[in-house]
Amino acid sequence: MNKLKLTKHQNDPVAEKIEIPMFADKVSAGFPSPASDYMEHKLDLNEYLIPHPAATFIVRASGTSMLDSNIQSGDLLIVDKSLTPKHNDIVIASIFGDLTVKKIKKKYKKIFLVSGNSNYPNFEIKEEMECFLWGVVTYVIHATVVR
Amino acid sequence: MQQLLGNNYKSKQEIYSLIDCNSFYASCERIFNPRLFSKAVVVLSNNDGCIIARSDEAKKIGIKMGEPYFKAKNIIKKNNVQVFSSNYSLYGDISQRVMEILSRFSPEIEIYSIDEAFLKFDGINKGDLYDYCHNIRQTIKKWVGIPVSIGVGNTKTLAKVANRIAKNDKKRKGVCILLDSAEISLELANLDVAEVWGIGKKLSKFLKQNNICCANDFVQRDRRWIRQHMGVVGERISMELLGFSCLSLEMIPNLRKNCCVSRSFGSPVETINDLSESVACYATRASEKLREEELVTSVMSLFLLTNHFNKNDPQYSNSVKIQFDYPTNDTIIIVKKALQGLRKIYRPGYRYKKAGVIMLDLSIESNIQGLFETDRIKSKSLMKSFDLINFRYGSDTICTAAEGVKKLWSMQRQRISPCYTTRFSDLLKVKS
Repeated sequence: MNKLKLTKHQNDPVAEKIEIPMFADKVSAGFPSPASDYMEHKLDLNEYLIPHPAATFIVRASGTSMLDSNIQSGDLLIVDKSLTPKHNDIVIASIFGDLTVKKIKKKYKKIFLVSGNSNYPNFEIKEEMECFLWGVVTYVIHATVVR
Repeated sequence: MQQLLGNNYKSKQEIYSLIDCNSFYASCERIFNPRLFSKAVVVLSNNDGCIIARSDEAKKIGIKMGEPYFKAKNIIKKNNVQVFSSNYSLYGDISQRVMEILSRFSPEIEIYSIDEAFLKFDGINKGDLYDYCHNIRQTIKKWVGIPVSIGVGNTKTLAKVANRIAKNDKKRKGVCILLDSAEISLELANLDVAEVWGIGKKLSKFLKQNNICCANDFVQRDRRWIRQHMGVVGERISMELLGFSCLSLEMIPNLRKNCCVSRSFGSPVETINDLSESVACYATRASEKLREEELVTSVMSLFLLTNHFNKNDPQYSNSVKIQFDYPTNDTIIIVKKALQGLRKIYRPGYRYKKAGVIMLDLSIESNIQGLFETDRIKSKSLMKSFDLINFRYGSDTICTAAEGVKKLWSMQRQRISPCYTTRFSDLLKVKS
């Protein structure tokens, strides 16, 4: 969709600029554009990525332990704390007071935190680790262009 | 009793709750740093002056509220207490999240302070209240990571009493429902009258001279006596403690009457140049605040003062009122006038500790009409661009030159945590 920039009063340089969405069809007098009934709001990534704003935090990944889960160093992670972690979710977990990204696996009533890189260890959650789950990673934002 | 009270008091039993975040500032710091959970944490006031928030652990080792930081340094070092400068960007964001979640639990909410809110629970069965409150607690703990205490009563004052119990009595697990009259009497007998909401130090001293020591003594006292000595306000407190609601929820925040921006300097400031920079900065911030709330000011007050604790230094303080030609929230006009005012009251040879601006006589921008209309339209579009640029590229991207660049006088905030939730550059790093 093109944008047509209009100024309210042509002669008044300080009047507010307003943007009006423009359709590239001709206007026939007396007959309305067939598209006018189908005008929609602009896409809002916040709405799409963050259904629970009060419970959602954005953090930055640092390291290479989750490459197999498509998380690279420097990526932004969207973390929803309102979700209850399930088997195979990627979570932020606190282990010995450090926040780390891991995949959660349940097996024989045990819970494991699994790395996405065979060079890194996996853990079984045990009480002495003072472990708790901080939130569930719902999206990874990765820049494909670096300029 | 009802007859005696007349129609002013609502006969229907209402249910109020007070939700209060536990050691709010310290809890905010803990969200992003789990290592802090087992440690004593304190948060300092602006300029790292006094201790304004303490975790339970810090309370236990005897650190006092409001204690100057330098006095507590020994005990802090000995106990490995974690110290933070106040990070209001973070606390404000976390507060908004908590309030948003609370508003899901009741449409009737009064945000009372950054970490407290009253909620009305009309229509919830008494038997379900306990579970309902626990659900609120768990949701806020899980979604944001902040622990809260909840007190429930038939009036706001009783909800406040109940909240205190919920916070202090660990067996209550953070929730206290105070609706049973026998239990209320018992708790009021245990409550020092000085701790009752609305009764200050001075009044409680007077009450104690008259043999009123606990809250129960107070409600037993004849209402005419209370009215005679404490006026309607005192009588209202008494009624509220008896379970008759006199204070309703204030759901719409009152229109601001004034707007003040002032800070103590990191180190004493002597020259007019340094003072000008700081005054320009505060005037800028105050104009931004006005624009955020769509208000305009017609009178500004500017003040400066030296540190009266330094007995050896010569002392000086002064203020000046400045009238604007027309109501405005234009940074450029306000900064200009503030600097003119400063030149009027500045005297060389003093070591200044603090300066500030207060915007008075505020009104709603859209209600203002009249002469100078073209000037105002011009200034409005300029300020809009100003705010947009600073919003998009970070505050202070553009500012008036008067604010200066280095800001040597600015506040000390040596131990501030990152603005985890409001700046991309400050996002929490997580090991992956």
